[in-house]
Amino acid sequence: MTELNTAMIEQYRNSFLQEVEANVEEGEWVKMCMQCGVCAGSCPLGNAWEHPPQEIFMMIRAGKREAVLSSDSMWMCTSCYNCISRCPRGLPITHIMHGLAHYAQRLGLVPKNQPTQRFAQMFWQNLNKKGRVNELKLGLSLYFMNGFGEGVKTSLKMKDIGLGMLKTKRMAVTEAFGGHGVKDLSGFQKIMKKAHELEDARIQKSGN
Amino acid sequence: MAKKEYSFYPGCSSQQGASSSNMQKSVETMCEELDVTLNQIPDWNCCAASIGYGGGGELPRLTLSARNIALSEQHNTGQDIVATCAACWLATREAAERFHEDDGLMAETNQALAEAGLKLKNETPIRHMVEVLIEDIGYDTIGGKVQRPLEGLKIAGYVGCQTNRPFGIAGESFENPMYLDKLVETLGADPVKNYDKKVQCCGGALAFSEPEKSQDMIKTIIESAYDSSADMIVTPCPVCQMNVEIYQDQINQRHNTKFKMPVVYYSQLMDVAFGRSAKDSALDQQVIKAGKLEALAKK
Repeated sequence: MTELNTAMIEQYRNSFLQEVEANVEEGEWVKMCMQCGVCAGSCPLGNAWEHPPQEIFMMIRAGKREAVLSSDSMWMCTSCYNCISRCPRGLPITHIMHGLAHYAQRLGLVPKNQPTQRFAQMFWQNLNKKGRVNELKLGLSLYFMNGFGEGVKTSLKMKDIGLGMLKTKRMAVTEAFGGHGVKDLSGFQKIMKKAHELEDARIQKSGN
Repeated sequence: MAKKEYSFYPGCSSQQGASSSNMQKSVETMCEELDVTLNQIPDWNCCAASIGYGGGGELPRLTLSARNIALSEQHNTGQDIVATCAACWLATREAAERFHEDDGLMAETNQALAEAGLKLKNETPIRHMVEVLIEDIGYDTIGGKVQRPLEGLKIAGYVGCQTNRPFGIAGESFENPMYLDKLVETLGADPVKNYDKKVQCCGGALAFSEPEKSQDMIKTIIESAYDSSADMIVTPCPVCQMNVEIYQDQINQRHNTKFKMPVVYYSQLMDVAFGRSAKDSALDQQVIKAGKLEALAKK
């Protein structure tokens, strides 16, 4: 269990709702859910969610902290925004799901080998390296995320798709060597470092 | 026609050798024809799309967009920001709105930007290219530019998610937007009436991490186009275009289907209709060739 997780349990002993309101992006909206279930019915991957959004909102109010944060439900969000556009109360559900997913990751509570969590993390690291996404490296790191052997197998399976993209100049081998990026990389990285520091400090403070 | 200028945010996948470089090429051609100048935001960075939240949280993720808006306000002062990528548009506009609502976040992002001498004023409208076409240029002007009507083509207008929700195009409904059909009609082609999968999710970034779940959804998008005897699908979104086009062989293998449905951008239809060549319209960058459109481009 991470130190931050322990501090948060200590700090918000009696109210998981308050913890979510204070620390999760758009978390202050959770209590506005009226349990109609339109979000669950509107979700394109609804059948893949262990707990649909309205259930998660109720679980937060019921203090089911671990069940919520260690669920892989939020990681099933495709960011289609159906739930947001249909919610009668205007809850920014997509963002709350993203916020919960990020908070679970911050506390080290994500289920092991959750593929979308791993892909999301790779994507974030990839874009931060040079300020822009390197699609070739992102694809390769995804294929090889479970080691070399499986990586070769996945690459073979994806070979035709890769060749199609190469032939139509929608993938470039040159991206393996350097590739696109921002010119003011040091400025970019200073900005991102500061943004992380400020956000970490805000959440750290909340746990004390 | 008066020349129009915008501050342009192309996004990572529009770069040379990237997955939607075909959209970029066809948009450049389209803008030449419509006398629109796109001034790139100098040194723009990635917007984190809709999958950056895992590692990026709130402030670092939104600060990516803050840097782009700040650069645009500094270098392309007074110009609206225009994006062609649905995720770029959504992320940037979302960030701008959040900074308007939350003074604390606004102060923090400016503290971060100050590390590189930048400042966000957040006074710039963030728009999608489709808004420029509909609101600033208009169907009539577009129709007036058509030299080669796309007669005989039946086209399924696939709007997808992020061009449509949560912001969408003013005056259009989230559930049944009509602008793509109207555009198809303006270009002389035949839009599929009642294309029921027009706003169905393709899986977005989860096409990478949950391929089977996503491909099941993609299958329905293509199936419905076949059911309406469409010759091709048209979309404004680069993630939709790629997801619906490139996995058809894998879907065929898994489901014993025989899909070979071309998926093109609205800008490619416009280029051909405006009289431009297949190459200018980036039709050579289709993984599944849009044969009927190519044939028209040769006329």
